[in-house]
Amino acid sequence: MVKLTINGIDYEVERDKTVLQVCNDIGIDIPTLCHDERLEPYAACRMCLVEIEGAKNLQTSCSTKVREGMVVHTHNDKVMDARRDVLDLLLSNHPIDCLTCEKSGQCKLQDYAYEYGVREGTYVGEMRNKPIDDSNHFYTYDPDKCILCGLCVRVCDELQNTNAIGFEDRGFGTIVATPFDQGLGNSACVSCGNCVSVCPVGALMPKYDTKFRLWETKKVRTTCSYCGVGCQMDLLVKGDKVVGVEPAFDTFNNGLLCVKGKFGYKFINHGDRLKTPLIKKDGEFVEASWDEAYKLIISKIEDTKAKYGADALAGLSSARCTNEENYMFQKFMRAAIGTNNVDHCARL
Amino acid sequence: MTNTIEEILHTDAIFIIGSNTTENHPVIGATMKQALRNNGTKLVVADPRRIELADYADVYLQIKPGTNIALLNGIMNVIIEKGLQDREFIEKNTENYEELEEIVKDYTPEKVAEICDVKAEDIIKAATIYGEADKAGIFYAMGITQHTTGTDGVMSISNLALLTGNLGKESAGVNPLRGQNNVQGSSDMAALPSDYPGYQKVFKEEVAEKFEKAWEVNLSRKVGLTVAEMLDAAEKGDIRTMYIMGENPMVSDPDINHVKKALESLDFLVVQDIFFSETCELADVILPAASFAEKDGTFTNTERRVQRVRKAIEPVGKSKPDWQIIMEVMNLLGYDKKYSHPSEIMDEIASLTPQYGGIDYVRLEDKDGLQWPCPTKDHPGTKYLHGTAIARGKGLFVPAKYKESAELPDREYPYIFTTGRILYHYHTRTMTGRVEGLNKQVPEAYVEIDEVTANKLDIKDGDKVRLTSRRGSIEVGAKITDIISEGVLFMPFHFAEAAANYLTNPALDPIAKIPEFKVAAVKLEKID
Repeated sequence: MVKLTINGIDYEVERDKTVLQVCNDIGIDIPTLCHDERLEPYAACRMCLVEIEGAKNLQTSCSTKVREGMVVHTHNDKVMDARRDVLDLLLSNHPIDCLTCEKSGQCKLQDYAYEYGVREGTYVGEMRNKPIDDSNHFYTYDPDKCILCGLCVRVCDELQNTNAIGFEDRGFGTIVATPFDQGLGNSACVSCGNCVSVCPVGALMPKYDTKFRLWETKKVRTTCSYCGVGCQMDLLVKGDKVVGVEPAFDTFNNGLLCVKGKFGYKFINHGDRLKTPLIKKDGEFVEASWDEAYKLIISKIEDTKAKYGADALAGLSSARCTNEENYMFQKFMRAAIGTNNVDHCARL
Repeated sequence: MTNTIEEILHTDAIFIIGSNTTENHPVIGATMKQALRNNGTKLVVADPRRIELADYADVYLQIKPGTNIALLNGIMNVIIEKGLQDREFIEKNTENYEELEEIVKDYTPEKVAEICDVKAEDIIKAATIYGEADKAGIFYAMGITQHTTGTDGVMSISNLALLTGNLGKESAGVNPLRGQNNVQGSSDMAALPSDYPGYQKVFKEEVAEKFEKAWEVNLSRKVGLTVAEMLDAAEKGDIRTMYIMGENPMVSDPDINHVKKALESLDFLVVQDIFFSETCELADVILPAASFAEKDGTFTNTERRVQRVRKAIEPVGKSKPDWQIIMEVMNLLGYDKKYSHPSEIMDEIASLTPQYGGIDYVRLEDKDGLQWPCPTKDHPGTKYLHGTAIARGKGLFVPAKYKESAELPDREYPYIFTTGRILYHYHTRTMTGRVEGLNKQVPEAYVEIDEVTANKLDIKDGDKVRLTSRRGSIEVGAKITDIISEGVLFMPFHFAEAAANYLTNPALDPIAKIPEFKVAAVKLEKID
């Protein structure tokens, strides 16, 4: 354990933690744009600067380990001014188009500009002006909105391990790109969208087909319905429509999804969904009420059972349905019909 | 999985056989890559296709389809030869080791190399990596099971884990990766012809009596029919009425011509689904079901973790959750039990299923769900199986000899045809086929052909080819690739328009009744 003082209060904390981690643990909110607990510290965005007494300059709290006797100030004037300078620099090279930006309401740059009272960038001059990469089918990259925090590059490298993207060029011209700038759609990218899920600004954006503001939506935690990994995720719901998916960060999938989990939700509200029972009459399907459909089903089941016995009926349950539904289905076949002819696609 | 996904991060060696993990279980694939990168984990991959993870492997074995058991026996042969087996574990925890030793003795690396079409030295290298690792996990999927020798394949994997003491400890184990979101759960819940929930056998008197008492009804002791047997029985007229919930056998099952004939022979077919599937065409009544986003419930994932599914929106149109439809049909048939919410069904499940005994919706509010076995309300769930003792008392070696696949290439059908899934689509595409981006990414079916075969037949990338097996024929675009061996053709089975399953062999494993999707003999012609 290590003893240190933060904002005038003494704490005893675990050794090997960073100042940022300790502050998070004790509830002091330190702004970050490039930090992600799952990744190696990067110390690029400079938003997490804190004053450590005795140090020559302000220190990045994400990459500074706690030491015995350390005296830390996280929100004094010097620190707040430095963070404002960082935001000023970022906003000086960032389009101020929050009114129409899809990310508005879930943008960390917007949130911090509000929190620190930075209205616009004061460094007038050239701004980045590069084309949007639209070549991926699921998301876009707008270099003009990119703050080069590197979260996307590092998630692709350290967690997804696909290494599809990296930084290209140097200095002011730097952008995130694929090798030889061939475009995301022509790269090693597997469209997992794990970069999109961590982008703090509007640079990497899903291709949504519904416009929404985050505050219009509710998040519903659920289990992905594709493969057997069972990733946890939040459905973003606006009205009666699922409009997006975010990975869960506090479960075993640790903020990761794949292309189907992240972007494969659009079937839910697809126009082709079956919306009413259908009965085949003279070779054509016609719409029917639940009552009509049930009546027909019951009469046929009873008829078959009476003529040929319960074992002339069979049912296929589904690995796509819930446990409760599978339980109900086998109970239906066994208890209500009287046969063990029930199986599902486990072998397929 | 005997073990847990998170444990992969700390394993010393990963052996993947018959699983294209980064495409079919992408987040587990990413976790494996993290282990290789951060933990120094070694990797052995055995697969007929040079899948992505093969490029990360310390040893990659490009085996001929259908030769898993020979390879596994060869690996065990080397482990025993080199003395890498865990003698203490074998002594204390297993039975029948002598028979295993006797059988694998014949599978020398040289002999196996010939059967599998790989190098003997690579078999030795793979065996050494797996055998020397302190904690080694085997990961497999349908590449092991979808053979007429599927059960033997799984047993051989179990033999290998027992031989090296890789059971009952963290970051090791026998880890089947489940293809569908709730294939673990639907098996646990006994959508199986021989079992009640929790794998309690229908023919055991005390089990049947327990369920008769709980459900207040008389129950049959006769084991029912599996999918394949049902279809045969339907064709013969022994099955007259079928009820299909959320499945699409007209794309997913082997030998589609046979499936079609069987379903057309029925007097009456009910299909309950979220979309109008290919199987719906043959139905007499179609019932609209709610999707996973429109209902409450639970799925059990591949690591036995029971997790909540939560209702986000109201059911679309007049659709209803499957549980509610089934309950209403049951009620109309005179079985009166009613449930107002899936949590009440889970309470009934818990009361009858020992592994789920401690599970309820209040406990499942925890973000991590619960891993079965979870027998009581105060049980925390089980991270890895066989930890305190092997479930049956002692781990039983069930050695198997290598047998050839049911259908081998010959002069008329000279190519080996094998099927699988790809990253961008899911099963029969009823869902992914309606997601624009996924369809743009992979719009249609294709068959992978190796460069040499393509050259011989003058087939260029994108050319249309005709594939014919003893059961059917399809036309499909060619994709020329260097990731498969000469004479092997791979096709994703997702696409109804050119369904791979017109060609596949419905021959079954005698015990698991799983069809041999992974090996069929076909001929290949260019269409001019």
